[in-house]
Amino acid sequence: MVLDRILTLTFIVNLLAATIRSAAPILLSALGEIYTEKSGVCNIGVEGQILCGALTGFLAAYFTGSNLFGFVMGMAGGLLMSLLFAFLTVTLNADQIVVGVTVNIFAAGLTSFIYRVIFGVTIFPPATKPMKEIFIKGLSDIPIIGQVFFQQKPYVYFVFLLVPFLSYLLFKTTVGLKIRSVGENPLAAETVGIPVRLIRYCCILFGGACAGLTGAFLSIAQLTRFMDNMAGGRGFIALAIVIFGQYNPTKAAAAALIFGFADSLQTCLQAVGLKFPEQFLRMAPYLVTILAMVLVSKSVSGPASLSKPYYKE
Amino acid sequence: MNQILQMRGITKHFPGVLANDHIDFDVNEGEIHALLGENGSGKTTLMNILYGLYQPQEGIIIFDGKEVKINSPLQSIELKIGMVHQHFMLIPVFTVVENVILGIEAEKGIKLDLDKAREEIRHLSHEFGLDVDPDAIVWQLPVGMQQRVEILKALYRGAKLLILDEPTAVLTPQEINDLFKILRDMRSHGTSIIFISHKLNEVMSISDRVTILNRGKVIHTVNTKDTSPSELARMMVGREVFLHVDLISQETGDIKLKVENLKVLNDKKLIAVNDLSLELRSGEILGIAGVDGNGQSELSEALGGLRPIESGKVFVNGVNVTNKRPEIITQCGMSYVPQDRKKHGVVIDFSLAENSILRSHKSKEFSANGFSRKTKINEYADDLIKKFDIRTPNSQVHAKTLSGGNMQKLICAREFSRPHEVLIVVQPTRGLDVAAMEFIYSSLVDERSRGTAILLISTELDEVFSLSDRIAVIYEGKIVGELARENFNTEQIGLLMAGSVTH
Repeated sequence: MVLDRILTLTFIVNLLAATIRSAAPILLSALGEIYTEKSGVCNIGVEGQILCGALTGFLAAYFTGSNLFGFVMGMAGGLLMSLLFAFLTVTLNADQIVVGVTVNIFAAGLTSFIYRVIFGVTIFPPATKPMKEIFIKGLSDIPIIGQVFFQQKPYVYFVFLLVPFLSYLLFKTTVGLKIRSVGENPLAAETVGIPVRLIRYCCILFGGACAGLTGAFLSIAQLTRFMDNMAGGRGFIALAIVIFGQYNPTKAAAAALIFGFADSLQTCLQAVGLKFPEQFLRMAPYLVTILAMVLVSKSVSGPASLSKPYYKE
Repeated sequence: MNQILQMRGITKHFPGVLANDHIDFDVNEGEIHALLGENGSGKTTLMNILYGLYQPQEGIIIFDGKEVKINSPLQSIELKIGMVHQHFMLIPVFTVVENVILGIEAEKGIKLDLDKAREEIRHLSHEFGLDVDPDAIVWQLPVGMQQRVEILKALYRGAKLLILDEPTAVLTPQEINDLFKILRDMRSHGTSIIFISHKLNEVMSISDRVTILNRGKVIHTVNTKDTSPSELARMMVGREVFLHVDLISQETGDIKLKVENLKVLNDKKLIAVNDLSLELRSGEILGIAGVDGNGQSELSEALGGLRPIESGKVFVNGVNVTNKRPEIITQCGMSYVPQDRKKHGVVIDFSLAENSILRSHKSKEFSANGFSRKTKINEYADDLIKKFDIRTPNSQVHAKTLSGGNMQKLICAREFSRPHEVLIVVQPTRGLDVAAMEFIYSSLVDERSRGTAILLISTELDEVFSLSDRIAVIYEGKIVGELARENFNTEQIGLLMAGSVTH
């Protein structure tokens, strides 16, 4: 019976650990996008930025042998792509959605092209050094909880530790107040001397860096290699998480876990050999996305000036 | 008396327009100085120069005894100049404290310190009788209160000179009184105030001196006590103005609009119009008076077919049009001048010609086999432009290039020129200058003499008073009282508007 294989402690522990593992990268992108959107910019180019980060991060890690350097370069890759986005939307006041779509298409082509130019078509694709889990002393020995939470790879800890920090920064500091004011009413912010464009630039670049790092996590830490379109819609799921998490880092973490669960459920069920068409299982995270959007999107109200260009008179 | 501000020879060109032409303007310490002029006379440009939003091509500004160059709002804030903009510069989802401290919050490192600011705001609020709760969320406050938050923002920054741009445009009569009391309080504390307005009565009652602008030039600066409203009006417009309406009593005809027990919800799904009934006969103007936000918008939208009706019935010309599409309602003989002219009145990216036939675009006159008849449409538009004196280069420019007054004339032209027997007009003169107001008023009176049944929904009490045959007062979505013209009485209506009397 399949149920026998599912209702075991090992399966559940594996499932929960995988939930956290796969939630982390999406959450990181969502956190960056929360800051971007809170400043009044809707950057749907997250997917493209993730791809860029995945490639630049992979290349750096592969050629230098340093995964850490790979992460830094991943951030740089995402940041560069978001700089293009920021220039077009903030400086030139182009439509954010149109530019976002362009970024996604551009990044998909560009990354595959560069990868192909450097490595050609290979049977055994080049890989980075695998990344080891870090067991947190003391905590990782706790039964179940330790296995679920404290035997993860370092990037997972990093992302979840970011959540309280970013939440505090956004809601309890002067910087956060400025960001939120720019997203709500940029003209009002300008009249009290807040540099609207500078803040929007910073938030977009921060979002880009987060997405780039997400990409590097995917390519270096999870897969150890780069693949065409390896973001696999995670950028769009991150956008959904921003809304589902009501533009709040803490709630976004909860939302990311739900998506992580849906994602892990399919891999774990496949692993135990469930006799069920895998295509349907693979749909799970996307189905959850659509479902979540249908359920909450009407009741969540974003920043008032979201996706409106700011014209200075 | 010391002068806190002197502006000398200020000149500002925009492409094709001389907005300010060698303007001399000064403000004494502790005076309320009114800046009076029609829309487009250059008052806002002058103030934006003072506030650092524009740079003048010529002229100097002397503030507090020193010549200054103001390159940004931040610099004017540092000079202790505060501005309350016509459209409030507030963040609706923030609390009062957050709004007040925004931009100058970083005195104590990165952590937000709201406690000290809260105390300071309480103190200021008490000192000037503002009565603002620092922890209230701004969007939940009534408009008058929001304006006080703007004043608080300026006071918190230690403003010595406060600019108020058309501050009464959005206020109720009671709120205007309260505002004036606050301004007088501030004056006695030594704050200087520039009061921008085109409303003569207000200028007369609040200001110490008045400077009148017309077409970018200073016409005159006078002591308020030495002048009169009619003199001010003449200087402002450059000719005699007749805002006084002579409503010759006339026989009314059949019932043209009948509303029975209407119930309508607002955007938040709360009851906005509650069991409202009214009747309107041909040849009469029924004014709906009331404080903004008592269901006027919802009522007008429901009548125009733009908002679903929960229960009750609406008859136009005897035809039941409840929850019918606007097109059907229109065909039954209703014309509609909406409250928000940019949003519901015109399509701002369409040309004047296209806008002029929006209601009749399907008629044989303007379309043939699904194609629009360009020549006919243009002729029609040119005709309207002439008849309604719409100031525009031609009929092919986009509606968004029109000033507020001309846009309203365009809407009136369209609505008045199509076959109709019922006319709904909502806030017809909001934001318009005296000359445009004069035009709209006389057009409405003409409509009335032609036998149209007119429903005038307005929060401008003066307007309702001078134009209506009957006034019905709306309060919390209900008609709480109705007066015939011979019984009009400001006090009675004021009390009804405040909900303190049930008729």
